[in-house]
Amino acid sequence: MIQTDILIIGAGPTGLFAVFEAGLLKLKCHLIDALPQPGGQCTELYPKKPIYDIPGFPEVLAGSLVDNLMEQIKPFQPGFTLGERAETIEKLEDGTFVVTTSKGTKHQAPIVAIAGGLGSFEPRKPQLENIAAYEDNGVAYMIKDPEVYRDKKVVIAGGGDSALDWSIFLSDVASEVTLVHRRNEFRGALDSVEKVQHLKDLGKIKLITPGEIVGLQGIDTLESVIIRKSTDAAENIMLETDYFIPLFGLSPKLGPIGDWGLEIEKNAIKVDNTLDYQTNIPGIYAIGDVNTYPGKLKLILCGFHEATLMCQSAYQRIFPDKKYVMKYTTVGGVTGFDGTKKEAPKAVVKAIN
Amino acid sequence: MSDIKIKITDREGISHEVDAPTDMNMNLMEVVRAYELAPEGTIGICGGMAMCASCQCYVQSNHHLPEKSDDEEAMLSEAFNLKENSRLGCQLNISDVMDGLEVELAPAE
Repeated sequence: MIQTDILIIGAGPTGLFAVFEAGLLKLKCHLIDALPQPGGQCTELYPKKPIYDIPGFPEVLAGSLVDNLMEQIKPFQPGFTLGERAETIEKLEDGTFVVTTSKGTKHQAPIVAIAGGLGSFEPRKPQLENIAAYEDNGVAYMIKDPEVYRDKKVVIAGGGDSALDWSIFLSDVASEVTLVHRRNEFRGALDSVEKVQHLKDLGKIKLITPGEIVGLQGIDTLESVIIRKSTDAAENIMLETDYFIPLFGLSPKLGPIGDWGLEIEKNAIKVDNTLDYQTNIPGIYAIGDVNTYPGKLKLILCGFHEATLMCQSAYQRIFPDKKYVMKYTTVGGVTGFDGTKKEAPKAVVKAIN
Repeated sequence: MSDIKIKITDREGISHEVDAPTDMNMNLMEVVRAYELAPEGTIGICGGMAMCASCQCYVQSNHHLPEKSDDEEAMLSEAFNLKENSRLGCQLNISDVMDGLEVELAPAE
């Protein structure tokens, strides 16, 4: 069981900054995120896009902002459970919470701060009526172990980097790789596009464009897919395959957090914005894009503010008898849990003769 | 301040005629959100970067709209429920040429 002071669900900018503010109060944090890397939307959706409204940064790339936050919180040694989605929450008799992830990892803390943004990122699934029946029976939305596909026939759909990269990778593993995309143009790193072109010329990747998977067939397990080439159904082709891997990117879903007994409004968690962004369950807070209150703005800078006030309230819950006086970092410096100390240089006092 | 009229059919099939300002740097997705014609969290998820297709709509009138950018083309090529007249609302900036526009919101994914 992983134990910490504040368990943060969501490792986007708001969750990451909460680690810093908690650290100033000597509270330890652990973060859970469904994505395999920290940064949330900033790294998953638009790492190379500029942001212009982070105070003090006239312009910063979303990816760089995350890098900076990771550097800023390093002294406070946050723990991470990445690639796992927070599934269930349980309140113990001593008032602490136990959060269990999709992989069964358990975390215990007196405070839970949900910084879940728009929710956890889930693969976008093509809307084929019988697709659910083939999940784990030939249909996969992500590739966990490429060896599964050794000497098998694979159909990949999609037009972005992951579709290109996996087509390239699997062309050496699978017996047959077919890449299907709705148009001839792919949006991906130029290098990947050229590589697929090369492999296509060599006959190692079969390219079907424009094309779209419109049907799945097979008894129990997937045996073939129907590919639509044009609006004329007579031109549909059937292709035998062992696997169909649609790679259409990820989209956020509020997910299991929606069933935790929290008050939900407009797909977001209602909080008390007059005080500390606490939810209707004492000890559980919601900060950043995931919360809602009158006048809410989904801005990173607002998330930072909410994280800061949340930490003050969390401190009071953990230490009800302690009086805390806020200290400026310029005055108090930053003392890391790793033994590092940053502080303002002392002024030199010297006489001038 | 100048407004144009846009007819938007929501995902329940109910049609709304709304005033959209041309001088506030708004796009169609933002107009839909401003009038709350689709639940928060189901439209404009990426914030208007043409990086999700949650604001997909079908253009039903014969307006000459600005051409699709490469980003919009690429995103639409991976969108579900695509039709010939699909556009991303976030890429349609409200302007005078859109007066009388009629659109229908695509189903939520």
